[in-house]
Amino acid sequence: MTPDPFTLSHWYAIGRIEDFPNGYKGEHRILSTDIAVSHHGELNVTGPEGSMGVQTRYGHVWTTLSRDPRPLYNMPEFEEEGRRLVTAGAIAVRCSGLRAVENFLDMAHFPFVHTGILGVEEHAEVEKYDVSMGAAGDEIWATKCRFFQPMAAAAAEGGQVIEYRYRVAHPYSTILYKTCPLRDGHWDLIGLFIQPTEEDECIVHSFVLVFDEHNTDTDLLHFQQNIFLQDRMVLENQVPNKLPIDPRWEMPTRAVKSHGVTWSTTRFEKVA
Amino acid sequence: MKLYDYVLSGNCYKIRLLLGFLDLDYEKRPVDFFPGREHKSDAFLKINPLGQIPVLEDGEIRIRDAQAILIYLASRYDKSGEWFPGQSHSQIAEVAQWLAFSDMITSTASAARLHDMLGYNLDIDAARAGAHRLLRVLEDHLAHQEFDGHDWLAGRRPTIADISCFPYVALAEDGGIDLFCYPAILRWIRRFTALDGFHSMPGINVSP
Repeated sequence: MTPDPFTLSHWYAIGRIEDFPNGYKGEHRILSTDIAVSHHGELNVTGPEGSMGVQTRYGHVWTTLSRDPRPLYNMPEFEEEGRRLVTAGAIAVRCSGLRAVENFLDMAHFPFVHTGILGVEEHAEVEKYDVSMGAAGDEIWATKCRFFQPMAAAAAEGGQVIEYRYRVAHPYSTILYKTCPLRDGHWDLIGLFIQPTEEDECIVHSFVLVFDEHNTDTDLLHFQQNIFLQDRMVLENQVPNKLPIDPRWEMPTRAVKSHGVTWSTTRFEKVA
Repeated sequence: MKLYDYVLSGNCYKIRLLLGFLDLDYEKRPVDFFPGREHKSDAFLKINPLGQIPVLEDGEIRIRDAQAILIYLASRYDKSGEWFPGQSHSQIAEVAQWLAFSDMITSTASAARLHDMLGYNLDIDAARAGAHRLLRVLEDHLAHQEFDGHDWLAGRRPTIADISCFPYVALAEDGGIDLFCYPAILRWIRRFTALDGFHSMPGINVSP
């Protein structure tokens, strides 16, 4: 299946900047398409139709199959003084990248998948939260999300109610803004840059961008990988492994549908 | 006691499991195994010239190799003597045999997991086929043990043989190795996760 125009129009992360040192040459894949990446003085990405766009941002290398891509979204927090960026590496998951975004946004799984860390079964209720589209109409924000967490971050001590904001900056990129346990009025960022390799396979590049003076980078890395690998097991066992967007099946993801996204999604008729 | 540890490593998990069963205090020194490959850094090669984790430091003693660490901890700190039973020569040999077997599981089932999860470049078909060969041996043994009224790999009680084999068998599905066709192994996993002092790691499905 050829990816729909909206899916094709985005930039996708393919790895951390340090994964492509000078002299690097390797094969990669996005949207069921083989691409070659090389670094000889500058980074080059080549696809079936020749040279492709490439940029380095947010600690990662990004590319696009589109000749006229939508601009990569802004995260001004990357410019803020005092923050630490930890990139957690490329982790492959046998599911639609859209599924990985859906799971990331779903607070209801915290007490059962991340028991004792991001949730406890005694506090399983998800309170009402607000959902809005971003100014340009191509982002989704979920705000005023509140959840009780026994160990919300590597730097957290004891349980607390944490306020969250979720941002879906593009269909395969999602960022969580959570109240910083150490600094009032600031948000810590945790995000996924998803590289969809096939409709039902993806590589997840994740990052943590936080104020934290107590933990080493490796402490933060272990915390993040521990959480994500708990998710991976669940993601790989979801049926169907593409994102169901039919109202007869599961709650449809309206935002995905409104942009005409079909790639990596599935409809009721096809499996019934 | 200090454990050079990686949160996603089944071999480090073996040590965390036994430390938990024995209720021993220890300090974790997290190693950036992935993506940073810290275990291959010059600094870490001074700690373990093989460039592998886990490594345990206890006072002046430094031990590498998960199986060696299990033997050390059980023989030094387990007052019950049950985790590494030393009374019967045949049982010592039996435990040793499964410790060696667990290393073969690492080089097959764990390799498949590194390929599928972290993108390691290796022969995935060979890794999975090798894992299935070992799992059939394990399945047969556990089924025979059950006929004899034994729940565990080397006798009536869980030993470091079980701890040593458990992680990469229980994590096999991370590497695309289905455990459905191994019912005795699935029952053994269930018994293991029900042990007092058991704690999980990501990728291990603990059935209620």
